[in-house]
Amino acid sequence: MGLLSDPHCRRALSRLVLRLNTPLCALSYVAGLGWFLALAFQPLAPRTYMSENAMGSTMVEEQFLFGERALSYAREFAGHKKKAGGMPVAWLEKTMWNLGLEVHSQPFSRTLPFPDETRERYMVKGTNVYGILRAPRAASTESLVLSVPCSEGPHNNQAVGLMLALASYFRGQIYWAKDIIFLVNEHDLLGMEAWLEAYHDVNVTEVQSSGTLGRAGAIQAAISLELSSDVVTSFDVAVEGLNGQLPNLDLLNLFHAFCQKNGLLCTIQGKLQRSDWDSLPAYAHSLQTLLLMVLGQASGRPRGDHGLFLRYRIEAITLRGINSFRQYKYDMTTVGKTLEGMFRKLNNLLERLHQSYFFYLLPSLSRFVSIGVYMPAFGFLILVLVLKALDLWMKLSKCETGSAESGPFPSPSPPHGPPLRSRRPHPPGFPQESRPGLLALVPPLLICHAAGLALYFLPVLGQRVATQHFPVSESEAVVLTVIAIYVAGMALPHSTHRVLTGGGSDRGWMTLKLLALLYLAVQLGCLALLNFSLGFLLAATMVPAAAAVQPTGPRVLLAALLVLSTPAVTLLLGIFLQRELVEAPAAAAEGWQLFLAAVAEGLLQHHLYGSFLFPFLALGAYPCWLLLWNVLFWK
Amino acid sequence: GFWRTQAWGQPPLQAPAGAELWVWFQPTVTDVDKAWKELSNILSGIFCASLNFIDSTNTVTPTASFKPLGLANGTDQHLLRYAVLPREVVCTENLTPWKKLLPCGSKAGLAVLLKAERLFHSSYHSQAVHIRPVCRDASCLAVSWELRQTLTVVFDTFSSGQGKKDWSLFKMFSRTLTDACPLASQSKVYVDISPKNKEKELLEVTPPPASVHEAIVHGEKRTYAVYDLLSPSLFNTSRSLNVQLKWKRPQDSSELPTPVLHAQRYVSGYGLQTGEISTLIYNTHPYRAFPVILLETVPWYLRLYVHTLTIITKGKENKPSYIHYQPAQDRRRPHLLEMLIQLPANSVTKITIQFERALLKWTEYPPDPNHGFYVSSSVLSALVPSVIAMKDVDVEQSPLFTSLFPSSDGSSYFVRLYTEPLLVNLPTPDFSMPYNVICLTCTVVAVCYGSFYNLLTRTFHVEEPSRGGLAKRLANIIRKFRGVPPL
Repeated sequence: MGLLSDPHCRRALSRLVLRLNTPLCALSYVAGLGWFLALAFQPLAPRTYMSENAMGSTMVEEQFLFGERALSYAREFAGHKKKAGGMPVAWLEKTMWNLGLEVHSQPFSRTLPFPDETRERYMVKGTNVYGILRAPRAASTESLVLSVPCSEGPHNNQAVGLMLALASYFRGQIYWAKDIIFLVNEHDLLGMEAWLEAYHDVNVTEVQSSGTLGRAGAIQAAISLELSSDVVTSFDVAVEGLNGQLPNLDLLNLFHAFCQKNGLLCTIQGKLQRSDWDSLPAYAHSLQTLLLMVLGQASGRPRGDHGLFLRYRIEAITLRGINSFRQYKYDMTTVGKTLEGMFRKLNNLLERLHQSYFFYLLPSLSRFVSIGVYMPAFGFLILVLVLKALDLWMKLSKCETGSAESGPFPSPSPPHGPPLRSRRPHPPGFPQESRPGLLALVPPLLICHAAGLALYFLPVLGQRVATQHFPVSESEAVVLTVIAIYVAGMALPHSTHRVLTGGGSDRGWMTLKLLALLYLAVQLGCLALLNFSLGFLLAATMVPAAAAVQPTGPRVLLAALLVLSTPAVTLLLGIFLQRELVEAPAAAAEGWQLFLAAVAEGLLQHHLYGSFLFPFLALGAYPCWLLLWNVLFWK
Repeated sequence: GFWRTQAWGQPPLQAPAGAELWVWFQPTVTDVDKAWKELSNILSGIFCASLNFIDSTNTVTPTASFKPLGLANGTDQHLLRYAVLPREVVCTENLTPWKKLLPCGSKAGLAVLLKAERLFHSSYHSQAVHIRPVCRDASCLAVSWELRQTLTVVFDTFSSGQGKKDWSLFKMFSRTLTDACPLASQSKVYVDISPKNKEKELLEVTPPPASVHEAIVHGEKRTYAVYDLLSPSLFNTSRSLNVQLKWKRPQDSSELPTPVLHAQRYVSGYGLQTGEISTLIYNTHPYRAFPVILLETVPWYLRLYVHTLTIITKGKENKPSYIHYQPAQDRRRPHLLEMLIQLPANSVTKITIQFERALLKWTEYPPDPNHGFYVSSSVLSALVPSVIAMKDVDVEQSPLFTSLFPSSDGSSYFVRLYTEPLLVNLPTPDFSMPYNVICLTCTVVAVCYGSFYNLLTRTFHVEEPSRGGLAKRLANIIRKFRGVPPL
């Protein structure tokens, strides 16, 4: 601080910032990206370890031997499902009751804001069935959940079978200290959302369901199971929840520990861990895994039914049984043993899972990057914005004081005066010349946010009108309206500032850019705390364009850069990157279809589960980007 | 444990999860609070229970829910103290002192069945001690004190019997009865053999009972097979008594009819700032409405918003006819809410009240703060109208039944129910961090505050760059000493 209060040093510092601004920005940006890429380097990411004392070792002797029973349950379930043409509610209720569980069912219904074309549903009616295994001599204050989605077609029958076999085995044990809820939810996430809302007696979305249910206290942890084959070759674990929320790392460690104990292969993001860490392909492999996780988390979309639990502070993961062309297969007994072990460990918990990390990235299942390590990567990117803003601020204050000196009042502050000064109210009689700069900022700000509001509200509200006037279906109408409004917003700046006096001055665009940069920095900073991946991806794409944009110089180039950095294009590129990473590259046309589907999905996620990605983009990032667009076309 | 009214019917003896203690003091006691403290400490010693954790933060004085038992007819509520410790669990160390109070200990009589390893291999276990003044004889000239010890156990035949519901004394207790306690004046085993759905002969008890007792319990006619251990004929044929019950047909859906009054309580909402306690009270009586007294004790660290209290029955607001609310004082006493609510026939009443979670001082958190904090069960007391008419049972003939299942008049019976205790998470700091946090905050405050203060208070003026070399500076110093303005 002595540095700042000493005018000499300050002058030197400010000169440094002004003169070396562009190299500094570039350096910072490269450092940010480099840091991020280095996260995947195995030796830099520490090994995962179990923090929770109560789950410390895997000293549980699993005795589950009923793999065959699980399969027969699965076949029976499949038959009844086919007969009922959906969820066999009555059969499930009866079976669970015969197992000695306390059975409840919960009918729910939900009308989507617009038809979901990928899953072909609009007015959804369904029933969740669940049985509660009451722990002996406990007061139902805590519980665990094992949930299985009842999906259409032949999927997931084995999961239901295994769940019933586990329930019948668990029922005979005396050691349970927490109630266990065995839940079969219909219509995957919709049913889960309905059940969770009814269980917690809240109404976040507009699901209608019956209110009175059996309850079992505070849910401590949940595991969602998906299995579609009689044998599995490996287990894939999904962690990313709604809005990129992650479960406590200990739950993942628990799964990993039991997989190792039972010799199960387990993967994350569908990627198996490589044993050699020092070779280049191994680095590329873990970078792929990391990038897939970042993309998945950034989408804010739950990667399994567990994703909705996280809002209620219930740690949850989804386990997916994979049956691929590997040689060694595991039967239901092994899978059941793994689950039994996990539940018994969770049953031992004295407190909620809280010891381990909640914010992490996983370059492989056994290594993690904690928040303290990955945040600097983001910090470097934001530093670019701050440096640029500082540069603009100093330029602005310089030209302000410059104009002030030529005015009637000699300025009390010296040249290169302290930046703090310029925040004070201007003395009366300050030349009118610099005033319109501030006033001219108001219309672009308002208009950009109005565009954002239109983008947020119009597509769903206007779908009726759109379907009447154009030959499109409702969901197409919504998606196309989104794109139309998005593109139309880009035409706005041409007419906004011209109507105002004094628009088009240098001061005007600099102030606007300063504002936009700070606005962007604040938005991204807040976002990165909630969902690092989304914040980082947006920062990585938007920061260079935001820093470079100005109404002078190679305008066409800048415009192209700016268009490339818009969130919609980021989404499109993200889709291509994701397909590339899972080794199923998409062609341009297919990518475009996926993009349209993703837009529809984003809107649905927001309306159905309360994901904040779409409102953030529509109300925050998009207006901010429009401000930058305004800067580009200021003159 | 927790009595699951919906699955098991009305409890023969009501008890909340955890430990409960309520005492009516004699009017002669001057300092009730002191006596209460001493008493809880003494009882804690006698029963090896942590009753000494009862203090002013969990003690309340209800006004309507509890009446003195037995002869005393006190109405001065200040003499009543009530406390529940929802976190306590019953354990063998509580059973042993309890058994020692029995006249024959666990050496003879019915008490030989009470083997701890079997009693705790059960779904529900609750033990209680009641002391009350009673008449010494029919003329009621002298008062004597009655000590009643009860033990309620629910065995889970499902997990031990492979889905069958047959049971025997040996299967449950791994013991049989051989004799009565020599000190006992009465020693009987009652087995409920009430026929269901008017189908008789569904179940079979061996050995065949010597007598059958009929009684009306909770508004239902019940038949009991009675085995009198004092009658010599019982042990004639075999040396020991092993009561067995067998179902003649496998039971498919022999669920108990839902009890007339049952309740459910839960915390709704998410997040660590606010929440809502909801209580659902069911009245399944087909045509009679009846009032119920609800007693809620909520610890002070849940700040109740009393204005949000809503009672809704069948979509309409239900106004309680009596409300007693005593607000909490931080760290001193809990909230006490007592209400008299009319339950219409065949209805569900939903009572909700919102609360805010308080931030405790860091020393007030227990060693496992992330487990959550318990809110004790709320108490429902009601006179439930019975479906069938009841006769007044002669006290002399069956003292056990009249004291266990009292009926005030012929048409209703008294029920006390306890709801589930709740587990509520409070905002909890990360206790592994204090040191780091202290260091970080101190550094941030020192650096930021110091420098900003410095910048804000300092006046700046531009210093002309000093020209001239060493000679000039020296000259200036000399001039300064001389008191002449510098060059």
